[in-house]
Amino acid sequence: MANGTIAAHGTAEVDFYHVKSKHKGLLAWLLTTDHKRIGIMYLSCMTVFFLTAMTFGVLMRLEMLTPGMTIMTAQTYNSLFTLHGVIMIFLFIIPGIPAVFGNFFLPIQIGAMDVQFPRLNLLSWYLYIIGGGLAIFSLFGGGGWVDTGWTFYVPYSVRTTTNVSLSVFAAFVLGFSSILTGLNFITTIHRLRCPGMTFFRMPLFIWSIYATSWIQVLATPVIGITLVLIILERAFGIGVFDPTLGGDPILYQHLFWIYSHPAVYIMILPAMGVVSEIIPTFARKPIFGYVPIAISSLAIALVGYLVWGHHMFSSGISDTSRVIFSLLTFIVALPSGIKVFNWVATLYKGSIVMSAPMLYAMLFIFIFSIGGLTGLVLGALNTDLHVTDTYYVVAHFHYVMFGGMGIIFFASVHYWFPKMFGKMYNEKMAKVAAIIIGVGFNVLYFPMFIMGYMGMPRRYYDYLPEFQIYHLISTVGSWILVSGILIMIANLLSGLRNGSKASSNPWEGTTLEWTVPSPPPLLNFDKIPTVDHGPYEHPEIARRKEEESK
Amino acid sequence: MSNNVNTAVEEVQEIHMHRDDFGSKMGMWLFLFTEVLLFGGLFILYAAYRYIYPEAFVVASGELDVFMGGINTVILLTSSLTVVLGIVALQKGNKKLCLSFLWITVFCGIVFLVNKYFEWGAKFHHGIYPKGPALQDMSEGEVMYFGLYYVMTGLHGLHIIVGLAFIGFVMWQIKRNILTADNFQRLENAGLYWHLVDIIWIFLFPLFYLIH
Repeated sequence: MANGTIAAHGTAEVDFYHVKSKHKGLLAWLLTTDHKRIGIMYLSCMTVFFLTAMTFGVLMRLEMLTPGMTIMTAQTYNSLFTLHGVIMIFLFIIPGIPAVFGNFFLPIQIGAMDVQFPRLNLLSWYLYIIGGGLAIFSLFGGGGWVDTGWTFYVPYSVRTTTNVSLSVFAAFVLGFSSILTGLNFITTIHRLRCPGMTFFRMPLFIWSIYATSWIQVLATPVIGITLVLIILERAFGIGVFDPTLGGDPILYQHLFWIYSHPAVYIMILPAMGVVSEIIPTFARKPIFGYVPIAISSLAIALVGYLVWGHHMFSSGISDTSRVIFSLLTFIVALPSGIKVFNWVATLYKGSIVMSAPMLYAMLFIFIFSIGGLTGLVLGALNTDLHVTDTYYVVAHFHYVMFGGMGIIFFASVHYWFPKMFGKMYNEKMAKVAAIIIGVGFNVLYFPMFIMGYMGMPRRYYDYLPEFQIYHLISTVGSWILVSGILIMIANLLSGLRNGSKASSNPWEGTTLEWTVPSPPPLLNFDKIPTVDHGPYEHPEIARRKEEESK
Repeated sequence: MSNNVNTAVEEVQEIHMHRDDFGSKMGMWLFLFTEVLLFGGLFILYAAYRYIYPEAFVVASGELDVFMGGINTVILLTSSLTVVLGIVALQKGNKKLCLSFLWITVFCGIVFLVNKYFEWGAKFHHGIYPKGPALQDMSEGEVMYFGLYYVMTGLHGLHIIVGLAFIGFVMWQIKRNILTADNFQRLENAGLYWHLVDIIWIFLFPLFYLIH
C-alpha cells in the first residue's frame, strides 16, 4: 500500500522547504505556522543549547581531573554545574523530543495536515526562544552567574547575590512554552486523527507524546508558581520559604519536585516512544505487546506523578511518607520494565537490520537498564541514605537522562533524518560515531557509580586523593564521548550538504510518515489518508496472513 | 506548477484557520486546568501554614474587612452572570444586548480592582506589608498569612486584568462582526476564563476573610 501511494503523487509535489509563502527569506521561517518548519527551528536552536551545555560539562570534567584547582575557581565551578543543569534540563531534555520530533511527526503520523492550534505552536517556539535568551542573558547581567544548582533550593537561592531571579524567570517562561505545547498536542490527538485512526491504531510514539503532554499540562503550573514565589521572596521578602520569618524550606522542595519528578517522565517517555518506532521498523516485525506498551506510557505518567517524595528521603519528611514514596517508586519501575521486555520480545525471531538508529536504540536499552536498576537502589530507603547526594546519584541520572533521552534524541535524528531533510547520511560513519559514543558514555559515567558508592559527594569542587583515579577515568571518558558526538554531528552535516537523495521510505517503515515524500510537502498529504490497520503491520506480513487465511 | 503552489498556499491558509469549536473549547478547558493547578500550589502552601499556625491565621484574618470582601464577592458573581447572559444574547443574534452585558462585566471587574486597591492601600498605610513596620512586630504565623494574602489576591488580581483584556478583545471582535451568532466560541472561551477567575475568588474569600 505504502509504495503505491508514493508512486501516485511522486516527485511532482513541492516540498515544504521550497513552497512559496507570503513572506521571504528568514521571515518565512519566523512567521511560519507550519509544524514542520517549527520543528526544524526547534532542532537548530536546541543543537546550539546542547553544545553550549556540553561544553560546560566537559570543562567541569576537566576541572575534576586533579584535586584542588585545575582550570577554574570554586565559584566558577558552582556556576558551571548550575548552567549545565539548567540548560540541559530546561532547554534540551524536557522540550527535546516532543518539540522537535513531536512537532514534525505528530500531525503526519496521525494523518493530519497540522496541529490543532498552529499559531499557538509558533507562540510556544517564541516563548522557548525568549526563555532560552533570558537564561543566557542572566549570565551577563546582575550579580554574576547563578550558583544554586538547577534545583534552585531555598534558602540559598533567596540569599545568594547572583542573578537567580532572571534565571528563575527564564525557567518560568520555558514552563509556559511547555504547557502550551502539551495542550496543543492533546487537542490535536483528540481532534485531528484521520478517518480510521483509532486510539489503538496510533503509532506508539503518539501514545508516548500523548502521555507526556498530559504530564506537561498537569505538572508544569506547579513549578510555575513555585518559581514565581522565589522571585517574590527575593524581591519583597514575603517569607513563605524563609525560615527566619516562619516559612518552611522543605515546602519548597515538595512543590519543586511535584513538578520536577513528573518532568523526569516528560524527558523519558517520548524517548521510549521513539524506541517503540525504531525497533519494529528494523526488526521487520510488528511490535510485541502493542497495548501494554501504550497503556504503560499512561501508567508511568500517572504513577510518576505520585513519587516526588523520593527526592527528599534525607531532607526531613516523616517515616510513613518515606515508606509510601519508596513503595510507589518501586511500582513506577514496573511499566518501564514492561516496555523493555516488550522491545526485547519484538527482536525475538525478527529480521534485524543493525543500522545506525537501531544501534542507538540497542545502546539505549543497555544503558537505560543500568540507569533503571540503579534507580531502585536509590528508591530503597536504607541504601539511599548511604548514597544520597553522592556521585552515585549523578551517575544514575546521567544514565537515565542522557542515556535515555539524549541517546534516543541522537537515534531520532538518524531515524527521521531522511524524512526531515530528504538526504541520507553516511551509514558507516554514523555507526562508528554511535559506538564511540557508547564507549565514551560508559567510561565517563560508570566510574561515578563506584566513587559515589565510596562516598564522593556530588557538586564538590575538591576531593580526597583516593578518588583521583576514578575522576581521571571519567574525564578521559568525557573526551571519548565528545569526540563521538562531534563525529556524529559532522557526519550529519555532511549528509545534509552532500548526502544522496533519500527515497520516501528508506527504512521500510510502516507508519504514515513513510507514505509521504521526503521531505514532506506543505500539507503533508495530497488528501487525508484513511487507515484500516494497526501501525506496525508490514504489507508483506499482512499479505502472507491473508493468503494463509484463504 | 506555480499555480499549484498558490492554491496550496491558499489551501493551507484555510486549513490553518479551519474552525473547530469543540477543539478550541477543549484547548481552553485544558488551559483552565493548568490555571487551577497554578493556584493549587498556593493552596497547598495555605493549607500547610494554616495547619502550622491555626491561631495566628484567625488573628490576622481579623485585620481584613469582611464587608469589603463580601461586596467584592457579590460584584464578581454578578459579572459572571452577565457574561453568561452576553453569550446567550449573542447566540440569539442580539449583538447590542450582548455588548451591553459585557460592558457590565467589564465595569464590575474594574470596580472589583478599585476595591482591592483600597483594601491593599489601607493595609500598606498601616504598615502591614512584607518587611513593613507593623508586620515585623507580628508573629510568624501572621507574617505567613499576609505573605500568602498578598501573593494569592495579587495573582488573582492579575488574572482579573488578563480576563478584562480578553473580554475587551472579544468585544472588539463582536463589534466588527468577527464573532457572530453562529461563531461565538471565542466569547464562550473568554466567559470560561472569567468564570475561573470568579471561582478562584470564591475559594479565596472564605479562606482569608471568614475564618474563625
